[in-house]
Amino acid sequence: MSTALDFLSGALLLIGIFFTLVGSVGILRLPDVLSRLHGASITDTLGAASILLGLAVAAGWSLLMGKILALLVMMVLLNPSASHALARAAIHGIRKPWLERESD
Amino acid sequence: MLSPRFHRGHKSPEPPIVRKTVSLFFVLAGTWLLLSGHWSMLLLGLGLASVLLVVFCARRLGVIDDEGMPIEIIPGLVRYAPWLIQQIILSCLDVSKRILNPTMPISPAIVHIEAGQKSDMGRVSLANSITLTPGTISLDVGHDTIEVHALTAESAASLADGEMARRVHKKVEGE
Repeated sequence: MSTALDFLSGALLLIGIFFTLVGSVGILRLPDVLSRLHGASITDTLGAASILLGLAVAAGWSLLMGKILALLVMMVLLNPSASHALARAAIHGIRKPWLERESD
Repeated sequence: MLSPRFHRGHKSPEPPIVRKTVSLFFVLAGTWLLLSGHWSMLLLGLGLASVLLVVFCARRLGVIDDEGMPIEIIPGLVRYAPWLIQQIILSCLDVSKRILNPTMPISPAIVHIEAGQKSDMGRVSLANSITLTPGTISLDVGHDTIEVHALTAESAASLADGEMARRVHKKVEGE
């Protein structure tokens, strides 16, 4: 593999690791379950997508790359449904959302 | 086909069931080839048999419809994706900055936004786009509004502006 592709793959992996870390810090720092989901969605989107793209570049043109890209598509389609189910369960359950102001 | 199982947003004529069945076959076969990576005749034959069995079962169950095999909206989703990716990256950076800021300037709010989508697929696409974008999560999807939890007043305001709803309407529903 050429050096440029190595560099691209490494950069994407580092970006992914950084945003996964930021998302984890968000889950710890944010005040309630709904705002913590916002931190988790950074990990879900930019974090996981960058790591998967970095792995796809490292895999090169092969069946493995196809599998990684299929994983990426499935993640984009399935993650919002899971987040929505979690948020809906939280808001209809016993949790009072931490709100700065009520508005409509 | 069986009678419609759920209420639908709009009445469509008889669904093009043959086209949907054929595309289900190709999607399943493509997935099987991608995940197996074996090319011997025996395994290909077994894969073909299982794909045909699944297509037959799906046809008998009546799940090959607009909801089970929404092939019509795929070109629209592809045209919509670049804008959504750009929005995801921008709001990821914004939310990351707020999380790493020691004072953590957030102002969570629950807002209701207009969702004038005609079809169920359009509403689902809009609600999923909202959830995919960091800083906003859809809590409840109604007939013409979506209840959204926003991390900041700015993200709530940019959503209420309706740019995303307009783009989903134009690109995904193609009207």
